[in-house]
Amino acid sequence: MSAPAAGTAIRTKSPHPSKFERAIVVGASSGMGAELAKQLAAEGAHVALVGRRESELEAVAATIRAAGGRAIVAKHDVTAYEDVPRVYEALTKEMGGLDLLVYCSGAQYNPDESVYDFAQDREMIEVNVIGAIAWTQLAAAHFEAQRGGTIVGISSIAGERGRRTMPGYTTSKAAMSTWMEALRNRIARYGVNVVTIKPGFVDTAKTAHLAKKPMVISPAKAAELILKAAHRGGSPSVFVPGQWQLVALIIRHIPSFLFRKLNL
Amino acid sequence: MAALPSLRNTAPWRVLDGFGISARAASRWVQPRSVDELANIIRRAADEDLKITFRGNGRSYGDAALNAGQLVVDNRGMTRVLNFDRERGTIELEPGATIETMWRTGLPAGYWPHVVPGTMFPTMGGCVAMNIHGKNCFKAGPYGDHVQELDLLTASGELKTLSRESDPELFRATIAGLGLLGAVTRVKLGMKKIESGRLKVRPITTPSLNAMFDCFVERMPQSDYLVGWIDCFAGGSGLGRGLVHQANYLSAAEDPAGRALLDNDKQMLPPSIMGVPRSIIWRIMKLMTNDPGMKLVNAVKYMLPETFDSSGTFTNTHVAFAFLLDSVPNWRNAYGDSGFIQYQMFVPDSTARAAMAEALEHCRRKGVVSYLGVFKRHKPDEFLLSHGLDGWSLALDFAVTPGNADKLFAVTRDLTKIVLDAGGVFYPAKDAVVDADSFARAYGDRLTRFLEIKHRVDPQGVFQNDQARRLGLV
Repeated sequence: MSAPAAGTAIRTKSPHPSKFERAIVVGASSGMGAELAKQLAAEGAHVALVGRRESELEAVAATIRAAGGRAIVAKHDVTAYEDVPRVYEALTKEMGGLDLLVYCSGAQYNPDESVYDFAQDREMIEVNVIGAIAWTQLAAAHFEAQRGGTIVGISSIAGERGRRTMPGYTTSKAAMSTWMEALRNRIARYGVNVVTIKPGFVDTAKTAHLAKKPMVISPAKAAELILKAAHRGGSPSVFVPGQWQLVALIIRHIPSFLFRKLNL
Repeated sequence: MAALPSLRNTAPWRVLDGFGISARAASRWVQPRSVDELANIIRRAADEDLKITFRGNGRSYGDAALNAGQLVVDNRGMTRVLNFDRERGTIELEPGATIETMWRTGLPAGYWPHVVPGTMFPTMGGCVAMNIHGKNCFKAGPYGDHVQELDLLTASGELKTLSRESDPELFRATIAGLGLLGAVTRVKLGMKKIESGRLKVRPITTPSLNAMFDCFVERMPQSDYLVGWIDCFAGGSGLGRGLVHQANYLSAAEDPAGRALLDNDKQMLPPSIMGVPRSIIWRIMKLMTNDPGMKLVNAVKYMLPETFDSSGTFTNTHVAFAFLLDSVPNWRNAYGDSGFIQYQMFVPDSTARAAMAEALEHCRRKGVVSYLGVFKRHKPDEFLLSHGLDGWSLALDFAVTPGNADKLFAVTRDLTKIVLDAGGVFYPAKDAVVDADSFARAYGDRLTRFLEIKHRVDPQGVFQNDQARRLGLV
């Protein structure tokens, strides 16, 4: 939609685009985030990579540029909440706007069941929930005003139940999924596409210590499925890969008195 | 004092729109409750290089009270009546007080605002910034003509009291100054003595645009209010056909019973029309808000005689006559999510007939027809960027849809050319589409003088808004 004159804010709802022109990936230094950044750039998007580890981000950006893509880098700790507006504004200014925000940052600890570690629980809430809120709501405000845009939040199937083996993590992902659902209910009507991704096992550093990883997929495959869901539009909540939807359905319906006896 | 958190990083964000819905922006937002808090915000914003836009009830149709990505300062935390002098008929208000506050304060004492717009919700801050007008602008002039004094908090933190005697240049630039020179923290106005709580209204059908002009020319000397409504769908010999409403104040001798209506409760509209709650009427209107629906509504309105007595008149309370737009709450929602724009052209008397006929004909030819046309006579005033002129205005409401936007903006560009060729001007309270070059052409030296004052009192350019950036005012 072309504006009649510079600075005019008249925008009407436009159809979901077939291609993202400008994207921010928060948590792009490794795993799914790095893969998403590369695949977005390969599709032609100008990609901003955000994360704590600058050298890793630069390495991903270098790969993208070597392949002919466009990438910029911003060093940022998602728990530095008050920096979010500054980083967001600097990146969107440089790219000339924004079509897609992916929140991919995540902290995960799976402590031994004998451990009660507040610091770890707090970190997971701060990274997985509060950081997600800080980033996605800022994008939401801009997307609501521009009547379009896509927000992708990488939550987890772990958020479907409170599990004895990972209380802090499952709590953080349940909160993140609920936040994303609320955001979707708030702004889907304005043509903003809010996508919740609930991966199962992805073969990354976070899951390296796990002995059993049923239906595990590579970060590249996960990124491919995530982008597919983001492109489809319609504000979905998507399990990655899709088979987890059935597992989730079953898990959600196991009665509590049985669920606590399972080693999950 | 402990360091305050940065506005840039901690102020909440809001998605705000213009009254026409179609213009929107996300920005930071704060609502100060006192002059001290306001001064503090201005200082911090300047330090953090945030641009400030003042906003009241968001009644400007376009992007005048939007400030994408920056800071909107909402005046609705400061809504008090500071003084009301029932002997002199003067009132002093804080910037967030509304036209409603003003009439409710004055009416029981027999006073009505000299100037009110079609809705009672604009705040004093907005009325000053836009120098709003009413259906009596040909006679009473705009809002600014009745401002006696105002306090302006400037970017330097100085609180200046402005009037025609003290700093007349800044006074004349601040009124109609789009809020670009500072924060208005107090306004003092005169009010009009009235003897009856109602007006005598005479509806006059005018079969063409020329007939409407003639009707105004004939009626102006004996009218207090005159407003014309135009059916923009009509063409040929009926081009510009419509309906004029003339209204007059009533003296105690003419209307002895009217005194009892100087009572706020007796002014209010009933909550329903023929059993339909006013709050849901916009949903019914929404079904009609399309070209065929509005063509029918306009035709029916033109044909349908209004009920009046043998003298051809009826009476209306001040509120019912003045605030027609408020009679259907949320009427703007009838336009849907893409909203509408209002294009109001102001053209000198000498060129008005031809320019307005050309504008109406052009819209019809392009198939972009206004759902509502409102016609008024104006007079010049002393304010630097005022839209007031010895001429006429025609306000057109165009629906915006995802499909028509490009066509619509092409038509408004053509209308802008018609206005400029006719020697006319624009009205920022309504505008959403005019470009900087056209605005500069319309205001010429007045704009140059305004910009000189702007650079003097706000050298850092703290006070800006989306419209001011679009129109080249900052």
